[in-house]
Amino acid sequence: MSEEENKPGETKPEAAEPAEAASPRPAGEPPEGGAPAASERRPLTEEEKAARRQAAAERAAARAGAARGAASGGAAGDAGGPEAPPKPPSPNQPLLDRAVQLLREQIAEDAVVEAWINEPNDHLPTLVLKGEYWPQAARLFRDHAEFGCRYLRNMAGVDCETHMEVVYHLLNMDTGRNYCVKIRTDRDRPSVPSATPVWETANWNEREIYDLLGVDFPGHPDLRRIMMPDDWVGHPLRKDYVPLDPEV
Amino acid sequence: MIRTEELLLNVGPQHPSTHGVFRIIVKLDGEIITEATPVMGYLHRGTEKLAENLNYTQIIPYTDRMDYVSAMTNNYVLCHAVEKLMGLEVPERAEFLRLIVMELQRIASHLVWWGTYLLDIGALSPFLFAFSDRETILNLFNELCGARLTYNYMRVGGVKWDAPEGWIDKVKNFVRHMHGKLDEYHALVTGNEIFLSRIKGIGKYDADTAIAYGLSGANLRCTGVKWDLRKNEPYCIYDRFEFDVPVGQNGDCYDRYMVRLEEIRQSLRILEQALEQFPEGGETMGKVPRVIRPPEGEIYVRIESPRGEIGCYIVSKGKAEPYRLKFRRPSFVNLQILPKLLIGENMTNLITILGGIDIVLGEVDC
Repeated sequence: MSEEENKPGETKPEAAEPAEAASPRPAGEPPEGGAPAASERRPLTEEEKAARRQAAAERAAARAGAARGAASGGAAGDAGGPEAPPKPPSPNQPLLDRAVQLLREQIAEDAVVEAWINEPNDHLPTLVLKGEYWPQAARLFRDHAEFGCRYLRNMAGVDCETHMEVVYHLLNMDTGRNYCVKIRTDRDRPSVPSATPVWETANWNEREIYDLLGVDFPGHPDLRRIMMPDDWVGHPLRKDYVPLDPEV
Repeated sequence: MIRTEELLLNVGPQHPSTHGVFRIIVKLDGEIITEATPVMGYLHRGTEKLAENLNYTQIIPYTDRMDYVSAMTNNYVLCHAVEKLMGLEVPERAEFLRLIVMELQRIASHLVWWGTYLLDIGALSPFLFAFSDRETILNLFNELCGARLTYNYMRVGGVKWDAPEGWIDKVKNFVRHMHGKLDEYHALVTGNEIFLSRIKGIGKYDADTAIAYGLSGANLRCTGVKWDLRKNEPYCIYDRFEFDVPVGQNGDCYDRYMVRLEEIRQSLRILEQALEQFPEGGETMGKVPRVIRPPEGEIYVRIESPRGEIGCYIVSKGKAEPYRLKFRRPSFVNLQILPKLLIGENMTNLITILGGIDIVLGEVDC
């Protein structure tokens, strides 16, 4: 857990800003398929710069706070340190901590890879889980009284260039609580256990993600292409996708 | 006992009652469906892929073309997502205009559904009634933004055009007129014995099934689940107005029909209040940077479109174009239950059930 203490958000905000603003996650410039955004070269106005800097700093602080809370497994408290940012904790922080705790107790100690509060998105508790535990974790999310997420409202696949991500937005209709769960998977052979046995609605969504991003969903009853023709080559939403026939 | 041969029948993709280019392959035993396999993608334009190379303002016209019967709500979901990610304020007048056009759009969309559904079942004249009233709404939109179907009306931070002189009064007139029309619709169709026997008890499912299949909108509410995002997760300024969420009980085509017609009534109620409180003056665009560049992060917003929960998931890397844009399309999700509903049904009910789900193929295929 020592690397968590060294997150940029932990240091003084001024030090964190340039690093955040320049290039946050992927190391090296992503290969953009020969279409670099021309507008990117336009210098930012002072106003935009300031806004971005502030947003980045806020996010970093929120993330660091959430990670700290999650790391100490529920009994978060204020033990994080006196130099913690003065920002009040998110109203959903207890919800996130509890979710992490439940997953660790009921599924596995290392089930949760990362957890944070997505502040602009109504303080949405966001958890990154290990793919191998997903079938049990999905059932826990649906059946456990404290989660009760019987409604899978959205599924999305994201090609993050370093890895693939499948994102689930879950909802408990009785309490109105929302969770976002992400499963990261290898980019060359992406595979995430199917959630169709848990939520029927995942069926076509998984087919769509398979079709457009090439993610395999072991356990899916009928994993076929859904949008593109059956004989299509490649998965169009991948960032490195090159059309087989440029005329099309 | 007479045995019949199994028959494989292809319906669509070009068939008027599939409302677009939807295809379904059904296996028939006599007249009873034993298996149904939907095939789609004929209208897949890769909106999500295209969006990755467009800035946010350029994506708005593409949302028009997803659910082309309800373009205003599609416009809104994208703009709302970007505004939320950037923390932008939308001026009061723009919020009112947005709400008014979205509710008008809901009425127009339900009218299209009502007319074409009855057309599918075999009643021709209601279609003409519905389209003449929808025409009034389209004319209002035309006056507002110069387009009748794909409006491209909303912008990140507000709306493109202010209401022209006298427009609000015209909407008020329409609302008054529509109340009477709705009674007329009920008198014309709802009591019809033949129609009722075609839709009552057909395509039934319960609340648990609906939730497991992720259904939303009237398809969910017809089972008695009181879930409307305008009430449960208010956006825009819906929390200021009084309206009811109509629900059904049996989860059949009849309940879906009644829920949709009642929703028109509730939309009229919202419109009455909104038109009454419509602010005198004010801006229609908020303070928006010249280049819209949401900060790095991600967001999932959802609103209640006429067809259910339409959502927009944006992953931003701080650039003018989204890194990933995903639309949660209610038609696509709602359609999933179709094969399940069809098994064991009579072939003639295929159209009744498909129509009852209310899909728009532009949205299914995206």
